Amino acid sequence: MEWGGEVIEFHLDARSGVAPYMQLIRQVRHALRLGVLNEGDKLPTVKEVVARVAINPNTVSKAYRELEYEGLVTARPGLGTFVTRTLVGDSLSKHEPLRQGLARWLTEAREAGLDDESIEALFLSSFRTFSEARG
Amino acid sequence: MTSALIADGLTKRYGRRSALNDCTLDIPAGHVVGLVGPNGAGKSTLLQLACGLLDPTAGRIEVLGARPVSGSPQVGFVAQDTPVYAGLTVADHLRMGAHLNPSWDAALAERRIAQVGLDPKQKAGKLSGGQRAQLALTVAAAKRPNLLLLDEPVAALDPLARRNFLQGLMELTAEQGMSIVMSSHLVADLERVCDHLIVLVASRVRVAGDVDDLLATHHRLVGRRRDTTELGVGRALVEQSHTEVQSTLVVRSTAPIVDPSWQVDRLDLEDIVLAYMSGATGDGTGRVLEGQR
Repeated sequence: MEWGGEVIEFHLDARSGVAPYMQLIRQVRHALRLGVLNEGDKLPTVKEVVARVAINPNTVSKAYRELEYEGLVTARPGLGTFVTRTLVGDSLSKHEPLRQGLARWLTEAREAGLDDESIEALFLSSFRTFSEARG
Repeated sequence: MTSALIADGLTKRYGRRSALNDCTLDIPAGHVVGLVGPNGAGKSTLLQLACGLLDPTAGRIEVLGARPVSGSPQVGFVAQDTPVYAGLTVADHLRMGAHLNPSWDAALAERRIAQVGLDPKQKAGKLSGGQRAQLALTVAAAKRPNLLLLDEPVAALDPLARRNFLQGLMELTAEQGMSIVMSSHLVADLERVCDHLIVLVASRVRVAGDVDDLLATHHRLVGRRRDTTELGVGRALVEQSHTEVQSTLVVRSTAPIVDPSWQVDRLDLEDIVLAYMSGATGDGTGRVLEGQR
């Protein structure tokens, strides 16, 4: 099969509870963050994705539209969907202070008597509520 | 949006036994729609009514805006177990398709046969289950229908053949933009390929909607045992189970559930389907999917 200059391949985790279109979006963002995808790179066409992954074409289109809305890719009619912006270095410099803040919070949680599992549950439920509230 | 299929009070009875009872549905066009439900829920009956093989006893059914007529060039149908003519070759099937269908796309048929690696001279009776399914799909798709109905197309296939079949089906969908309604009890497969889902239990539609919406709005709540009648506005209880100390609920809610006394988890599509099936019977017996019979 001819895949042109396309560099990423999608996969789906059916048991994750994450909507398939969101899984595709995350995989593109991840590839952008890791520098696997760079500006000007082409994403596989909808037909290529569905033939490879056995996934609904509307789902792929929805993911691509969302990525376009985020300004990460642009669709050029008849040519394909291209990366317009990478995410490399976007936030890496901010990681360290955030990590330190998190470490302080973890120390506090441990001092308050929480064990590992309670800490993890508390973090996950807060994180989920936070992301859902922001839509 | 236009509808691929509308049913209104649709009923099919055989003597005193009803195969489908007062079914009301509106299936939007341009989607890949999954039809799930336990054995005897009326899935096959609904599909056969939709392609005009059966006539309703009562109620109304409309397919692509018209009363279904058997043999309509606009509607393709792949029956359960993907039947083919055992004594005819693959090439014979294509010739027959061309002869019977004015809208036959010979190029599409031949390309697909080559793509899935079928030998045109092979007798259909000698094909594997996966190959037979691919042949049946090719014959149905080469009619270039606007709506393709498939009754449990992958139920009898091994995982690889199943994946190959669904890849082919999705490629055809992307190419030709036809609407698809397929029944299946393999919910994991449906989650990949369907963007719209209908859960049919005892001939009633328990839930129907966009798959992404269903995933986003269903939650499992686990917490200390309590009276669950007050869930708040905009929330619907789908299923509940209780022990002496614990309550587990499946709730549909458009707004996020922010209540620290509940542990809130996501559900995958199979969990959602199962919740509606068992919620419908109320005693948990509906938890058995027909694949596990």
